[in-house]
Amino acid sequence: MKSAVLKSLGCRRYKSEDTRVAYAFLFPSAVVFLVFTAFPFFYSLYLSFHEWNILTPAKPFVGLGNYASLFRDPDFWNAVKNTLIYSAGAILGTTLTSLALALLLWKGLRARNFFRTVYFLPVVTSLVVVAIVWSWIFDPQFGLANKLLKLIGINGPAWLYSPHWAMFALVFTSIWKHSGYYMVIFLAGLYGIPEVFYECAEIDGANGFQKLWHITLPLLRRVTALVMVMLTINSFKVFTLVYVMTGGGPMKSTETIVNYLYRQGFESFRMGYASAIAWVLFIVILLVSLFQMKFIGGRRSAIGQQY
Amino acid sequence: MASNIDRGRYIRSAGLVGVKYLVLLSGAAAVAFPFLWMVFTSFKGPSEIFTYSFKLLPSKWRFSNYLEVFEFIPFGRMFLNSVIVSVVITISQMFTGALAAYAFARLRFPGRDVLFYAYLATMMLPEQVRIIPSFLLLKWMHLIDTHWALTLPWLAGPFSVFFLRQSFLDIPQSLLDAAQIDGAGHLRILFQVIVPLTRNTFLTLGVFTFMWSWNMFFWPLVMTQSLTMRTLPVGLAMFKSQMGTNWAVMMAASVLAVAPIILAFFLAQRRFIEGITLTGLKS
Repeated sequence: MKSAVLKSLGCRRYKSEDTRVAYAFLFPSAVVFLVFTAFPFFYSLYLSFHEWNILTPAKPFVGLGNYASLFRDPDFWNAVKNTLIYSAGAILGTTLTSLALALLLWKGLRARNFFRTVYFLPVVTSLVVVAIVWSWIFDPQFGLANKLLKLIGINGPAWLYSPHWAMFALVFTSIWKHSGYYMVIFLAGLYGIPEVFYECAEIDGANGFQKLWHITLPLLRRVTALVMVMLTINSFKVFTLVYVMTGGGPMKSTETIVNYLYRQGFESFRMGYASAIAWVLFIVILLVSLFQMKFIGGRRSAIGQQY
Repeated sequence: MASNIDRGRYIRSAGLVGVKYLVLLSGAAAVAFPFLWMVFTSFKGPSEIFTYSFKLLPSKWRFSNYLEVFEFIPFGRMFLNSVIVSVVITISQMFTGALAAYAFARLRFPGRDVLFYAYLATMMLPEQVRIIPSFLLLKWMHLIDTHWALTLPWLAGPFSVFFLRQSFLDIPQSLLDAAQIDGAGHLRILFQVIVPLTRNTFLTLGVFTFMWSWNMFFWPLVMTQSLTMRTLPVGLAMFKSQMGTNWAVMMAASVLAVAPIILAFFLAQRRFIEGITLTGLKS
């Protein structure tokens, strides 16, 4: 009604100058988006329905063939299994460590800034450097880990060279690298809790543990859920740590989904097959993100974050 | 009676604080030790690397490990590659982001909100889906193994637009109206009124984007092939897979690679912590 009146008076809803300027301002972003996001998105789907070894020009259409062979591929299931093991360890370990650090740092501490700085150091350190340093620490013969274990009389395992212990070493390194990051997020959540809750509890005579259990942790539920979703998405995409520390070995015991994708796509050059892997990963991550939006709120957050 | 309870409580809480510090200090030690181990290893000779005994400090400080880094890999060139790529991406993201954010926050045009949220939704698309077609596209354009392959796809991105738009929305319209009455066009309003007002947002975004592009791994690993085009993280990873157990030189290379970032972190901690946790804190 209102717009009809305005229109009859010769006003249009949008100033044509604004529209022109807006499109001009959006142009650079739009070009990058169309060429390097929109096109790859559809082309990747297209590729996943074709069998294509990059070296030959033939690109036969195979329908869902790539997906079908993927689900019958033991190496793929091995990668899924390894990714899930890694994720379980990284999600639980990092959540608990970062939450504990945040709770310890939260209140009444003089040296808070000092500790926060120290715990954040691994976060600013390049992941590749972290992976290299920990590879050296986990060196079976001369590494720090086994030297320290020897001091207390334990003969340490071969770590990255052992199919049983390699994944453990990766998870440990991941927790060391990322806990400081999630600690800061937990701290932000903790500072958001109104002081009144604790004043009330003190009047009621609650002790420190009761306050933690009945006030702090329940009020942190949303932040905790958010942290765990971020960790899930990032763990599903783990690549660098594995690539540098074990290369997926020994005996494929640490090969994760993205490492398998890399092997198929850029070592065997099976572009169609690798695209199908990417799409399976994408759909799983999409489901996790949608779950986050629906049940936790706080859109986007983790999504743009890369490890 | 009352004072007894108070004293008990005091002693207990003092003990608690003691335990707290103990835990925090051992945590700090666990964080700091690998860094120290990296630094000390980088000065050790082979006889002190390949030994079963445990000694923290090198008995003879061997500085030549650092020179050897430059003999084994084109370290300087890789460092330069990383600088070029990160600087170009960071500046471009801020520029294209500012333009797009202005359009979304301050201009009215048909389809604005639909476009914005659609653009935002593409953040859910993992890099792994884009990388294969992008590789093929860049290969077709003969850009593989150039700086273009590392920068072009990242010159603009939804996150910068989203982040800048938030702060552009907070600027009072009256301020912009005043500028408009003074005859300023949209470009001038953006760069002479809005950008100076949101300087801190730009700095935070800049730190975030720089760190992110500096640490990129999967993309440059796929998009470059020759040693002289590798960025620092990829170059270090190649170095490790080729040099195997030359730990001293590898640690020296690691020290050289992280020293600038850690130095910058100590100089501008708050900005770093804000910048890096940006994605999480926003929700």
